[in-house]
Amino acid sequence: MSTGSNKAILVLEDGRTFVGQGIGADSDAAGELVFNTSMAGYLEILTDPSYVGQMVVMTYPHIGNYGIHPEQMESERPGAEAFIVRELSVPQGHWRATGSLEELMRACGTPGIHGIDTRALTLHIRQAGPLRAILSRTELDPNPLLERARSLPRMEGRDLVSGVTCREPHDFGAPPGAGRPLLGVYDFGVKRAILQQLAEYFALRVYPSNVPAKEVLADSPVAVFLSNGPGDPAALSTPISNIKSLLGRVPITGICLGHQLAALAIGARTYKMKFGHHGGNHPVQDLTTGSVRIGVHNHSFAVDEKSLPPGVRVSHRSLNDETLEGLACDDPPLWTVQYHPEASPGPHDGYDLFPAMKDWLLNRIG
Amino acid sequence: MPPRTDIHHIFIIGSGPIVIGQGCEFDYSGSQACRALKADGYEVTLVNSNPATIMTDPDVATRTYVEPLTLETVTRILEIERPDVLLPTMGGQTGLNLGADLAREGVLDRLKIEMVGAKRDVIERAEDRSLFKKCVESIGLQVPASGYARSEAEAHAVGETLGYPLIIRPSFTLGGTGGGVAYNREEFHDAVQRGLRESPRHEILIEESLLGWKEFELEVMRDSADNASIICTIENFDPMGIHTGDSITVAPAQTLTDRELQSLRDGSLALIRAVGVETGGSNIQFAINPRNGDLRVIEMNPRVSRSSALASKATGFPIAKIAARLAVGWTLNEIRNEVTGETPACFEPALDYVVVKMPRFNFDKFPGARQTLGLEMRSVGEVMAIGRTFREALGKAVRSLETGTDGLDLPPENIPDGLSEEERRSFLESQLVEATPDRLWWLAEALRQDFSVEECAEASRIDPWFVDQVAQMVMLEKKISLSADSLDEDLLRKAKRSGLSDATIGRLSHRDEKEVRELRRRLNVWPVFKRVDTCAGEFEAITPYFYSSYEEETEVRDVDDRSILILGSGPNRIGQGLEFDHGCVHASLALKKLGVRSIMVNSNPSTVSTDYDVSDHLYFEPITIEDVLPIIEAERPEGVIVQFGGQTALKLAGALAEAGIPILGTPPEVIDLTEDRGRFQVWMESMGLLQPESGAALTVEEAIALAKAIGYPLIVRPSYVLGGRAMRIVYEEDELLAYLQEAWRAGAGRAVLIDRFLEAAIELEADAISDGESTIVVGVMELIEEAGVHSGDSAAALPPHSVSPDIVETVKDLVRTLSRALGIVGLMNMQFAVKDGQVYVLEVNARASRTVPFVSKTVGLLVAQLATRAMMGIPLAESGLTADPEVKHVAVKEAVMPFRRFRDVDTLLGPEMKSTGEVMGVDLDFPTAYVKAQLGAGMALPHSGRAFLSVRNEDKPALVALAEELHRMGFSILATKGTAGAIRAVGLPVERILKVREGGPNIVDRMINGDVQIVINTSLGRSTVRDAYWVRRAAVDLGIPYTTTIAGASALVRGIQRLKERPLVPQYLQAFLKEQARLQGTA
Ligand SMILES: Nc1ncnc2c1ncn2[C@@H]1O[C@H](COP(=O)(O)OP(=O)(O)O)[C@@H](O)[C@H]1O
Ligand SMILES: Nc1ncnc2c1ncn2[C@@H]1O[C@H](COP(=O)(O)OP(=O)(O)O)[C@@H](O)[C@H]1O
Ligand SMILES: [Mg+2]
Ligand SMILES: [Mg+2]
Repeated sequence: MSTGSNKAILVLEDGRTFVGQGIGADSDAAGELVFNTSMAGYLEILTDPSYVGQMVVMTYPHIGNYGIHPEQMESERPGAEAFIVRELSVPQGHWRATGSLEELMRACGTPGIHGIDTRALTLHIRQAGPLRAILSRTELDPNPLLERARSLPRMEGRDLVSGVTCREPHDFGAPPGAGRPLLGVYDFGVKRAILQQLAEYFALRVYPSNVPAKEVLADSPVAVFLSNGPGDPAALSTPISNIKSLLGRVPITGICLGHQLAALAIGARTYKMKFGHHGGNHPVQDLTTGSVRIGVHNHSFAVDEKSLPPGVRVSHRSLNDETLEGLACDDPPLWTVQYHPEASPGPHDGYDLFPAMKDWLLNRIG
Repeated sequence: MPPRTDIHHIFIIGSGPIVIGQGCEFDYSGSQACRALKADGYEVTLVNSNPATIMTDPDVATRTYVEPLTLETVTRILEIERPDVLLPTMGGQTGLNLGADLAREGVLDRLKIEMVGAKRDVIERAEDRSLFKKCVESIGLQVPASGYARSEAEAHAVGETLGYPLIIRPSFTLGGTGGGVAYNREEFHDAVQRGLRESPRHEILIEESLLGWKEFELEVMRDSADNASIICTIENFDPMGIHTGDSITVAPAQTLTDRELQSLRDGSLALIRAVGVETGGSNIQFAINPRNGDLRVIEMNPRVSRSSALASKATGFPIAKIAARLAVGWTLNEIRNEVTGETPACFEPALDYVVVKMPRFNFDKFPGARQTLGLEMRSVGEVMAIGRTFREALGKAVRSLETGTDGLDLPPENIPDGLSEEERRSFLESQLVEATPDRLWWLAEALRQDFSVEECAEASRIDPWFVDQVAQMVMLEKKISLSADSLDEDLLRKAKRSGLSDATIGRLSHRDEKEVRELRRRLNVWPVFKRVDTCAGEFEAITPYFYSSYEEETEVRDVDDRSILILGSGPNRIGQGLEFDHGCVHASLALKKLGVRSIMVNSNPSTVSTDYDVSDHLYFEPITIEDVLPIIEAERPEGVIVQFGGQTALKLAGALAEAGIPILGTPPEVIDLTEDRGRFQVWMESMGLLQPESGAALTVEEAIALAKAIGYPLIVRPSYVLGGRAMRIVYEEDELLAYLQEAWRAGAGRAVLIDRFLEAAIELEADAISDGESTIVVGVMELIEEAGVHSGDSAAALPPHSVSPDIVETVKDLVRTLSRALGIVGLMNMQFAVKDGQVYVLEVNARASRTVPFVSKTVGLLVAQLATRAMMGIPLAESGLTADPEVKHVAVKEAVMPFRRFRDVDTLLGPEMKSTGEVMGVDLDFPTAYVKAQLGAGMALPHSGRAFLSVRNEDKPALVALAEELHRMGFSILATKGTAGAIRAVGLPVERILKVREGGPNIVDRMINGDVQIVINTSLGRSTVRDAYWVRRAAVDLGIPYTTTIAGASALVRGIQRLKERPLVPQYLQAFLKEQARLQGTA
C-alpha cells in the first residue's frame, strides 16, 4: 500500500481519466502509455532505458513485493517516465532487498499512480492504440491536463536516444584475449543484462550512439552490436548512416532498436505497432530450427516484412501475431533480433542466442 | 505435425474413487482428455471405477469400463480392447502406478501397446528417489540430503549425518502416509518404528529437514518437438512441512524476484528434459531457504495433478486437454489458445489477478483425530478464489469454505480468557507455531492483538509479505469498528477491495449483512466482473470466464438472451462431493441443448463445472448471497437452479426468493420443509405416513421420558444440524445423557430429535424425477449394510437384490405420493427402512442426491438433464420418460473410507457419513457386481485362508449359515468365545481366539501376523463396540476385508463364492445400456 495518501490523476489524450493515489516522486509525468504483462521483474522494467518517453502500466496488480535489488537494475535510474500499478507493495524483507520501490522512485524523481483499475486501462490501450497521457499529482482538474496530453509530441519521429546513450566510449567486462574477440557496441540505451550476456563471449567496447563508424572500425572489432533503446528508429538518422557505412565491412548484430536500425540501414521500413509487445510470454519461432521459445519483448515499433530487400531472411517470428522478430542476411553479414534474448526480466529461453550469434560471427570472419 | 495417424485407439486410466489426496480433479482432467482425443477422431477406451464422474458418462469415451483399477482387471480389458496406446498420466498416482505396473509386468509389450505421455523409464526416474536424485544432480540442482534405512540401527546412522529435525518417509506408501517429523531422539525412534512398519518394503527414507522453507510449485508443459513452457507458478502461503494439498496456495508466486523465478523455471525445464517427459504436463515442487536463497527440488509428478487442475483454472490454460493432445503428436504451436481464439497454446499465461486456493478440512467427522497439519495430506476438498489483490482473493476463499466463517475472526469461545498478558502472548504464539486448519485465523487474531508482522512471520514461518497482507485486513477491521457509525464510500471500498465480507463489516459496525449491502448500493460500492483471459488483457478473450472485483469497469456484456443461473456445490467435503458437481454439469448441458444460456457459479477448482467449456458463462465466485446477487444483477437470468448444488446452493434459496429471484423447480418452502426434520415429521404424520416413532426434546427430563415411551435403542440428533452430522445410536439411558450433555454444550436450548432406531432393518433409497404432474422413479436401491449405517457409507445394489417386488412397489408408491403431495418439480430422493414387512420413511430430500450419477449410469438415463428439462417446464413425457426404467443388469455401489489417514479414530460405520468416495461394479448378477465393487474399493476378496467371526447374539443364527458356507469353501474359522460356541454347536470346526482385552496372543496379533483373511465383526451397544475397536482398526491398517454387519457379511460370502466359481469378465458400460435399450425396445 502507498505510504503517500495524496491523490493522483491520469488523463489520456482521448479524455479518459483514472483517479488514484500518487506514489514515488511528487512530480508530474508525461508520455505514451504502454502496458507490460510481466508478473515479476518490475525493477528491470522500470530501469530499462528503452522505456524513455513512455509511462509503463504493469498489468500484474501487486508490484514492489520483494523490494529493490540494485544488481537487478538495467541502468542507473528508471527509464520509464512513470509507473502505473494497481497496488504498490511495501516490501517485507526479502533477504537480499536493499530498499523499497517507492524509495527508489522517489530518489530518482519518478512519479507513479496506484489504486486504479489497471485492467480497464490496459484494455483501453489495447483498443485505442498508443495514447499520450499526463500523470499529475499537483493539478487534479482533468481539463487543463487533457490539453497538455494532446499537445505532447508523438513517439513517431522522436530521437530519445541522445538522452540515454553513454557520454564516452568505454570498455565493459574482461579485456580481449584468446577466444574473446572484441565486439563494438553502439549504446542506444543499452540494458545492463545485454552487456553482461555479450561479455560472456566477447570483450566489449561501448560507444555513444553518434560516434562515427570509422572511429568504431579503427578499434578493429570482429563485429558491431547495435543495442536496444527508446523511441522511433526512423528518427535516428546519424546512427542509420553510421550503420550503412559499417555494412559489409564488419558483421552486424543487434537487439530491438538495434535490429530496427539495421533494417532501416539495409533499406527496409519500420512501423509503429498498435500497442506493441511488452512482456515475457510470447512464443517466438526460430524459423531455421522450427523450435518455439518463450521470448521477452519490449517494442512499440517493428520491421515491415514486406519492405525487406532481396537476400534478407526472416530468422524469427512471433507466433502470436506474425510480427517479424529476427532477420538475417549473408551479404552483407547481418543478424539481428527484435525480441530480448537477454530476458531480464523474463524467461531465459533466449540465452542460447548469444553463443549462436558468436558462432555465426566467427564463421563470417573466418 | 498432424496428430499421429499410426494410432487409432487410445486407452485412458482414470483415478478411481475419491480419496484424500486424489480427488475429483482427475475427473476434470480425464474428461477433458477423453473429449479432446475423441474430437481429434480417436477411439477412446476408458477404465475408471468411479461412477460419480463425468468421465464415466457413457457419451464421453467411446467405451467405458466401470471396472476395478487392478492390474488383473485392466490387463484383461487391454486383452479385449487391444488399444494402440496407453495414456497413464490422466488418472493421478493410481493411473500412473497402474501404467508402470502394466509395463513392468510385460503386459504392454506382449500386447504391443505403446505408452504415451510418460513411459515406464520416465515414471521410474520421477518416482524412484535415488534415480530422481541423479536426474536432479545432473542438471546442477539438489534434492534434500537423505538416506535409506531398513533397520533402526541404519536409521540412526543416517540420522546422525543429517542432524535434527529429521523427516521420516516410509517407502512405497501412497500420498505420504506414515511420514513424520522428529525433533529429538525419542520422536525419531518412534517415527522410525512406525515408518518401518508402514512401509510394505520395510524401508524408510530419512531426509534433511526443510521445515520453514518457502515452498513453490511449477506447472510445466512439453511437446514432442521439445517446446516447453511454464503454465503457472504457485507459491505456498504455508511453509515447507505442510503438505501442499493442505496449504493455502497462491498463484502466481508473489515473493520471488524475477531472477529467482527464472531459476525455478530453468530448473523445471531442465528437469522435465532430464527425466525425459516427452509430452504433457508435469508438476515440480521446490523449496527455497528464505534466509539465503538456497534451492532444493522436492518432487516431480510426471502427470496431471491436483495442482495442474488448479493451475488450469487459475490461468485459463487447460493443461489436461492440451497434455492429451500433445501425447498424440500435436505440438504446442499447432494448438490454439481457446481463450483468445487466435494465439497459439505455445506461450506462458500472464495473470492480472491473484488466485488463492484454500484447503477444506473435515476433522469434525473424525473426533479424536489430531488436527496438526504436516507431511500427510488431510484435507478433503478445496476452494479457489480470484481477486485483483491477494486480500480480495483470500477473503473470497475464506467465505467459500463453508466452515461457518465469513471472515478472519475466530469464534470468541476459542480464545481462552483469564490469561495474563504473558500467557496470552505465548498461547497465541503457540497457535502460530503449530499448523492447524485454523492457523490463518490465529494469525489474524495475533495481529489484532498487536503482534508485529515480524513476530508472526518468525513464529509461523509464513512469508512476511503474506503476513502483512493479513495485517492490512486486520487494520481495516479496526478502522471499521472505529467509524462504525459513519462508514463512508472510501472506507467501504477499501474494505471490499481487501476482501472483507459484508457479514464481517456488519459485525464490526453493528449492522446485519443486508444493511451493509444496502449501504454499499447507496454509496455505489458494487463489484464489477473481469475476465480470466490467459494474457492479462493483451488479446481479446472469447471465453466468458469471470470473477468479481471492486474495480471500475465491468466486462460482462450481451446478456439480453434467455439465461438460467446454476448454483454449484462449493468445496468437496464428506457428504457433498463430485456427485453434486455431476448434476450441475448436466443441468448446464441440458440448458444449452434447450438454447438457453447457462451460467455457472462455483468455487471449486477441481470440478468439471468450473471448466470454462461447460457453461456459457462461468463465474468463479463464492456461493454466498453477497457474491451471487451481483452476478444475478449483471446477468439478469430468468431463474436460478438450486437443486444440484447440495446444501451450498439450497442454503441460498430463501434469500434469493426473498430478493425476488425465481427459483426453478420445487419451491424453496418445500425444500425447507423437508430439510427441517422436526417440521417434516409433523407434516408426515398429518399425511398419515409411516415414520419411525419420534419426538423432540428440549430438556433432559423430556428426553428421558420420550426415550422411555419410544424404547431403546434410539437414534438421536440435534434438530439444527443437517447432513447426518452429530447423529448417534444410543442403546441405554447413560449414553443418552452423555449425548445430551455434549449436544447442549454448544447450543443449549435447541431441540434434540429422538427416533426409534430400527434395528436390523433393510434400508432402501430411491431417486425420482417429477414434472409436477407425473413422477418417474428412476432407481430404487437396496443398501447392503442395514439401516443405521449412513446410506452414503453403505454399499447399495440397483436393482434391489433381496427385498420382494411388493416392497419395491410400496416404495415407489410412497415416492409418487410424496412427490405429488409436496409438489416436487425436478429431483427427489428418499430413504426407507424395511422392518417386519413395514416400510418406514427415513428421509425425503427435495433435491439432487449423491446417488443420481450412479443411477444415471445404471439405468442409462441422463437423470439430471431430464430433471432440468422438467424444471424448465417440459413435461417428462415430452422428454420420452413415460415409465419407471427397468434394469436387466445389476450395479453395486461401494463406499470408500478415509480411515487410513486418521490414525486414531474408530472405523465403525454409523449414521454419520464418513466416506470420501465410491466405486461401482456392474455385471449381470448381484454377486459378480458386488465382487467388482469390492475390488474397486480396494478390498481384494480372498479365495482361501482364515475367517475371523465375532458377532452379537442376534446375529448368531445367520452367522452360523455363513460359517458353514465359509467352511465349505475351505476357509478355516477363528472366533471369539460366544461365537465359537454357536459354531461348534452345529458341528463345524472352529478355533477359539482371545479378544484384545482377554490377553495374548489375541485376534489383533494374529491379524498382524497375516493369519487372518476376512473379518466379520458385528457389535451391539457401546461396550462391545469399543471392544472391537482394535480389530476394526487393524483390519483397515492391514487392508483385510472386513464387515461390521451381518448383511454385509452375507454379501461378502456370496462374493467369495462367486469369485471361486469363475473368473470375472470385464464389460463396458455402453454394452449393458445397449442391451437394456434393446430389451425395452427403445433402441
Ligand atoms: N525435507 C523436507 N522437509 C520439510 N518438509 C518436507 C520435506 N519434504 C517434503 N516436505 C513437505 O511434505 C509435503 C509432501 O511431500 P511430497 O514429497 O510433495 O509428497 P507428496 O507425494 O505427498 O506430494 C511437501 O508439500 C512439503 O511441504
Ligand atoms: N430411525 C432410524 N432407524 C434406523 N436407521 C436410521 C434411522 N434414521 C436414520 N437412520 C440411518 O441413518 C442414516 C442417516 O440418516 P438420514 O436421516 O438419512 O440423514 P442424512 O441427512 O445424513 O442423510 C440413514 O441412511 C439410515 O441408515
Ligand atoms: Mg507433493
Ligand atoms: Mg440420508
